[in-house]
Amino acid sequence: MNLLNHLCYPNPTHTPTPNLNLNPNLNRSQIRPSSFGTLSFWKIICDTKLHYSYPSIFIYGHRASGKSHVMHVLLKELELPHATVSCVECVSVALLFEQVLLSFFGCDAASLLPRSASLSDFVRIYRQQCSQSPAKQTRYIVMEKAELLRDTDANLLPALLRLQELDNVTIILLSEIVWDKFRPNTGCFEPLLLHFPDYSKGELHTILSQDRHPSYSDEFYSSYINILLGVFYSVCRDLRELRHLAALNFSKFCEPLEEGKETDTHKLWRNIEPHLKKAMQTVYLREVSSVQWEQMQQTEEKENGALRGLSAHTHVELPYYSKFLLIAAYLASYNPARTDKRFFLKHHGKIRKTNFLKKNEKTSNHLLGPKPFPLDRLLAIFYSVVDSRVAPTASIFSQISSLVTLQLLTQVSHDDQLDAPKYKCAVSMDFICAISRTVNFEIVKYLYDFL
Amino acid sequence: RDTTWPYQCFGCFVFKPSAKKKKTLSLADHFIHGCEGAENSEKRFKLCQDLWDQIKTDTEVLQDELNRNILDSLLDFTRKCSSTRQHSDWASQMRASEIPTAALVLGVNVPDHDMTFQSLSDLLQQSVTPYVASVQAKECGALKHLIKRVLERLMGTVVTVDDEEEEEAEQTSAQHHKSVHCSLSTLCDWYNTKTKKSNTGTPGKKRSSPVRDGPQQPPVVIIFKDLEAFNPRVLQDFILICSRYIERLPLMFIFGIATSPSTIQHLLPHSVSSLLCIELFQSLSCTQHLATVIDKLILTKQFPFKLNGKVMQVLISIFLYHDFSVRKFIKGIQLALLEHFHSQPLSVLCCKKKEALLNVMQLDHLDLERIRHLLSFKRYVEKQEPREQVDLLTDDTHLKEVCQKLIKDLHKYHKNYYPILRCLHTLTSSLPRYPLGKQIRELHLICLEKNVWESEDYQSAMKLLKMLAKDELIALLQRCAEILQPAKSKKIKSALVQLEDMLTKFKQLDSNITSPLKHLQKKTDLAQLQKTLLEMNESRRAKKLSPFEVLRNEALEFIDSLVKSHLSPPESQVLNEVCYYTSSATVRRHLNATPRTSIQAALNSPFYYLQNDRLKTEDGTVSNAAPDICIAYATVVSAAEGNDPDSDNFGKVDEVKHARFIRAVSELEFLGFIKSTKQKTDHVARLTWGGC
Repeated sequence: MNLLNHLCYPNPTHTPTPNLNLNPNLNRSQIRPSSFGTLSFWKIICDTKLHYSYPSIFIYGHRASGKSHVMHVLLKELELPHATVSCVECVSVALLFEQVLLSFFGCDAASLLPRSASLSDFVRIYRQQCSQSPAKQTRYIVMEKAELLRDTDANLLPALLRLQELDNVTIILLSEIVWDKFRPNTGCFEPLLLHFPDYSKGELHTILSQDRHPSYSDEFYSSYINILLGVFYSVCRDLRELRHLAALNFSKFCEPLEEGKETDTHKLWRNIEPHLKKAMQTVYLREVSSVQWEQMQQTEEKENGALRGLSAHTHVELPYYSKFLLIAAYLASYNPARTDKRFFLKHHGKIRKTNFLKKNEKTSNHLLGPKPFPLDRLLAIFYSVVDSRVAPTASIFSQISSLVTLQLLTQVSHDDQLDAPKYKCAVSMDFICAISRTVNFEIVKYLYDFL
Repeated sequence: RDTTWPYQCFGCFVFKPSAKKKKTLSLADHFIHGCEGAENSEKRFKLCQDLWDQIKTDTEVLQDELNRNILDSLLDFTRKCSSTRQHSDWASQMRASEIPTAALVLGVNVPDHDMTFQSLSDLLQQSVTPYVASVQAKECGALKHLIKRVLERLMGTVVTVDDEEEEEAEQTSAQHHKSVHCSLSTLCDWYNTKTKKSNTGTPGKKRSSPVRDGPQQPPVVIIFKDLEAFNPRVLQDFILICSRYIERLPLMFIFGIATSPSTIQHLLPHSVSSLLCIELFQSLSCTQHLATVIDKLILTKQFPFKLNGKVMQVLISIFLYHDFSVRKFIKGIQLALLEHFHSQPLSVLCCKKKEALLNVMQLDHLDLERIRHLLSFKRYVEKQEPREQVDLLTDDTHLKEVCQKLIKDLHKYHKNYYPILRCLHTLTSSLPRYPLGKQIRELHLICLEKNVWESEDYQSAMKLLKMLAKDELIALLQRCAEILQPAKSKKIKSALVQLEDMLTKFKQLDSNITSPLKHLQKKTDLAQLQKTLLEMNESRRAKKLSPFEVLRNEALEFIDSLVKSHLSPPESQVLNEVCYYTSSATVRRHLNATPRTSIQAALNSPFYYLQNDRLKTEDGTVSNAAPDICIAYATVVSAAEGNDPDSDNFGKVDEVKHARFIRAVSELEFLGFIKSTKQKTDHVARLTWGGC
């Protein structure tokens, strides 16, 4: 119990060594009283050094709600034998097994694993090692990003949940997704479920205030965080994002202070607020990187430079025929095939839109999204929209595949299908309009939706 | 031997020649084999190869220069990032968890990028860090393959992935290397031992020695050459893993982007892109790149080999319409070069002046006869005195002497042509609506085709030039003078003197010019204004030109005379065939192949390809003796869509015929002319475009 209190209320004299920490930014202050609502549960963990603990625990909660960190600090402080594995890193199950064996029994045990180790290999070696060095207390396996386990072999998750049949071992799964989405249809051992709720505003404030800049006072930084949360809390509750924003804008906040003008918090707020609003549109969406944002802050006085974010750069230079191929693809994706006659035949007569209109087609094709079309149709439209005579050369075809690689088109049919492959156009209306303008093609006239 | 030889390579046999049988032919042997005018072919081969080597090195230097800016800023970026990592101020600490990323926008000409990335990674290894790995999307289908490639390239060892396909490679190398596990922690450990080693001073055998004065922890740079082609999931997972190690491993990414930076946002969700600190780098556009290449390679007298207007047009339109690839453009020049030296025996004279003059003396009778048959030479002969004509056509020694003079003239023509072309371009490139083109290549094309001064566009450009304000005109003429400055030819030198003379006159005008409009500013009443304007009109009608106008007309007439004397098309020059490659059809056929048209032509006229005149028919239909597939093709073409040609013609046929028919149909299907529909049995539809 003492230990837990010690954890809840950060002790500034005791700082964990940074290389043991997964992320030095996520310091101990992130552990907050509310996650200890299930205090009895933690007591179970702590007190069951000698007898068996619960076989599996499933912890879920949003990103940056302190799951990994709580587990990490807890296991560290209590000096419990444990292995922490991130599932995203385990490109093969063998890697997972290796890491577990490595942390429990050392590298000799890990090297016993054969190449392409299977689950049974793991069980065999685990049992063997276990008999040599039996567990004096419960061992813990923490699996981060456990949702990725769903994509691995079907037998892995149920097996992991029953791992206690081998040894005194507890498996702890950390996930952003609820358990219901995990449950295999063959059934399995149900883990103990535990939810980590999101941080409240007050908790966020407490945690963020811990990052205090060394040359400023606690109260000053805390008031800064208060202002920051005032602006951003309504749109963003992600601790990591908020911490990022706090770090980026602090120097701007302190500017009047350094010039020796202002000390009043209210006036500082007036100074920083428009700046933070601007940050909300750019930095928060990572339109602008942190380095660029800092550079901008330095140059801002001289030129009110409009820093363009990533999404502002959408212009793509394409060869002339590629542009027309893309236009043809767009038309093929968004016009019903029946209407091609109306648009591309010279003497189509008077066919009005009402003649085409089917009852179920009242919805705009643009709302429904692009439809797949065969290569033949693409080329037929291409040859009728392009203004000069074009030979069907190999490079026209290779341009189509280039457009697919550039992800401006997507191939719908399988790669292996050589005859009559199907495509979809993957560009937006704005993009295609910009492209058409460069070749003086009025695309709107050819779109069924805008007739 | 006719010009259609590429079409005769019709069949394709997939036999692997046995190693012993294969006789390695040198390049020269290939060149000489079947070469036109075999006597001097070796000399031509050497000329050709020398020229190509020069072009190659020149373009490489050019490429490096063009990329210098962006590469330098990228190097700065990597240096800066690795140095801020070692800072310990509050702001850098707070940002330490981001992976520095450079988004390098290179344009859609993906094949050209290889060279850029190569020099980038070379430069990085030379001056920033020995740890650079480049990966391509096609070798990283799954996450483990991506990690494997990165590890292999950084550590130079074999990495095992638990996969059957790697079995073979693993077994061969098992004796030599202890293979390592495919995970980033392996890399981390490796990096730590590497850097620790070099820090304590033991020089690493392989890489660590050259740059040790730099940062103590050189960054690990991973270059993604074609970001768009990567599987988004793979990329996301990889970044997630990397961000777990960023504390221990100073990772850094470079994204090669072909389209636009917004593609990053399409590929990566916010949760992943927030792990990166992205900075944008925009490279030179490929059209600018092409302009420089043309400027340095085509519009220069340095290379004796020239392309005529049509060939240039083909190469440029392939670039603009199809691929934006500068590399392919240069390949096109290479092809033209080879073809020229291969097919034109007189190309032995296509070299530097001194060498060409020497080679003229060594021409044999046959070559001289070839000269006599040249169109440009015939025209030249016609203009000579009757006695001279006889001499030229009969006396070989005399012809040689004349040829020397003509070659000199040709070189002089080139010496004058390019500076004057640049002058004309400078004058006209900023005119409204660009009557003579915005780019110098457009003007060059016009000049190659015809007498530029006869064109309407030229006339309108001249009219527009007359409307220029004084200071604008002076500035343009000044630039022309700068262009003419380095030229060494006598004519250009005298032109330069004249031009500078005019410029000084223009400047002297400044002191004594009084425009009638100057008075206007004071007089504001309407009647006065009307009067003055009328007077001005009057004076204009009376052709009382102001001194400026006189001088301006003089200057423009001077320019006009320069254009007329130096920018005549190369076809008008005697012996131009020696230097100019003219077969645009060959270039087009090789660079912009039309496979389907070729197959169709083959199916329509089999006699041509099988070289069998008996298959020829009068009315252009397919003869009965033609191969089955040709007959089947003719039937498909004439049949209405979806019609089964089988049904009426063949009611009761013998089995062999039926089998042949089936085979022909399936061959057509294979070639992409028909496809079976699922409407009824044996029902096929005609395909217009075929498959990809």
